[in-house]
Amino acid sequence: MAKPTAAPESATPCIELVDHLFRHEFGRMVSHLTRILGARNLAIAEDAVQHAMLQALQHWPFHGTPNHPKAWLIQVAYHRALDVLKKDRRLDLYDDEAETALTRQIDPRQGRAPVHFTNEVADEQLALIFVCCHPALPRPASVALTLKVVCGFGVAEIARAFLSTEIAINQRLVRAKRTIRDNNIRFEVPSPAQLPERLEAVLDVLYLLFTEGYAATTGDHLIKDDLCAEAIRLTTALTQNPATAQPEVHALLALMLFQAARLPARVDAAGDLLLLEEQDRTLWDRAMIHRGLRHLAQAAHGDHLSTYHLQAELAAAHATAGCFALTDWEHILALYNLLQQLQPTPVVLINRAIALAQVEGPAAALDALESIPYDDQSQRYHLRHTAEGEFHRQLGNLPQARTFFQRALACAHSEPERRFLEHKLKTLANEHR
Amino acid sequence: MPQFALLLSTPESQYDNLSPQEIQALLAKYVAWRDGLVERNIYRGSQKLVDGTGRRLRTQNGNVIVTEGPFSESQEVLGGFFVIEVPSYEDAVEISRTCPNLVDGHLIEIRQLDPMTPASTQH
Repeated sequence: MAKPTAAPESATPCIELVDHLFRHEFGRMVSHLTRILGARNLAIAEDAVQHAMLQALQHWPFHGTPNHPKAWLIQVAYHRALDVLKKDRRLDLYDDEAETALTRQIDPRQGRAPVHFTNEVADEQLALIFVCCHPALPRPASVALTLKVVCGFGVAEIARAFLSTEIAINQRLVRAKRTIRDNNIRFEVPSPAQLPERLEAVLDVLYLLFTEGYAATTGDHLIKDDLCAEAIRLTTALTQNPATAQPEVHALLALMLFQAARLPARVDAAGDLLLLEEQDRTLWDRAMIHRGLRHLAQAAHGDHLSTYHLQAELAAAHATAGCFALTDWEHILALYNLLQQLQPTPVVLINRAIALAQVEGPAAALDALESIPYDDQSQRYHLRHTAEGEFHRQLGNLPQARTFFQRALACAHSEPERRFLEHKLKTLANEHR
Repeated sequence: MPQFALLLSTPESQYDNLSPQEIQALLAKYVAWRDGLVERNIYRGSQKLVDGTGRRLRTQNGNVIVTEGPFSESQEVLGGFFVIEVPSYEDAVEISRTCPNLVDGHLIEIRQLDPMTPASTQH
């Protein structure tokens, strides 16, 4: 039989596969390839990067991790994209421009110098975000597409972030990519005149990315700090680019910073969820809160009051309260009253009811909750059931409380959420005795 | 000490829909398993086989018949192999039990390599 590959000389692995390397690289590599191939070929760029990562899964277990994993991945992606483009040569839609650009990229002797990856990445990723958030696309499609191609989310992860199904998300993605191709959308950061309508969608996307990291709907790890960091990084990039540094962008960044500052205190040593009133506030990141306050001040320009302004104010009210008892709930309720006018979504209404409970008590809060219509989304939204159960418990309606906690348990996504609700149910059983 | 080949089979395109995060998580398991073999000094080599290809030869009525792969009669195809050096089949089985390929529900076949005849006894 053939002689197997020789064993490596060193017993230590050549390189650490840092957390989320593939997720990060996915967005960077798709952005990079899309700049070379043009936005019309976004689907080819995405396929090429996915292919490269699957090739890594096929080859690295046998051959070991290469010394330069990123370079390995991008080379495989280049060649996959080239193969796909060449296959179209006989067809009407053959894109010789893209093939020429890619050939130059692969072989620097034919023209262009090899890319300096780290320097170009930020702009390439911003440009791709604006492609994904083009006004020709419906907003939900923009958000899903950005999460998929810029941020490296899987379809299942996006479905969970949206409380939707994988089939629905897939359809959205396919249609979005077709729209980009058919409209020949350009790969660029938009001009000042185009900016306002495009920026709104971009901010939605970044906030959803942050929320996915913050609420962590998947798996065992409640907090994917890394996704929050990624959202903060991209939003910070927007505040640093004069073309995109609008008050609303500063408001969103402030909101993210206030929430991220509380991340270290949100779970205990066992990884279990801690409520706001149980958190050790000395663990909150003071430097981050101060950074948030600076951006909140920069957000206070112009005459446009966005939902991000209100949410940042809300987060600031919590982040600057010395202890839970000192929380200014009347101020918070007033902010929610404004927010529910701008954004009467079930999530906002549920959170308003929770603030109302602090100001007027559980009976008033329960009335408010019960008046929120049960749409398809809020049924799967476990926070509603948890709050409803909690208010019933405070009012002494223990059987109803149990029913709602059980409903919440049925739609909880993460392990810590599950353990939190199981603990609630156990405590309830003891109270009943 | 005897050497064993661990033959890993995988169904093709099983992983097409994994997210980058999931691909990395799976890959990390393989890397850790492989590193473990190296650290225990039982790793002797490994080789990936090219997917979706292959040739089979067989004689029929005195003629050699060549069939081109992939061979679709089985659900799983041989994707690659590891060679390890351990005292017995039992040890090879224990090692294979922890292989991520098995954790993913796929087949592993173990075969002992025929030890070469010592040079001193050759004519």
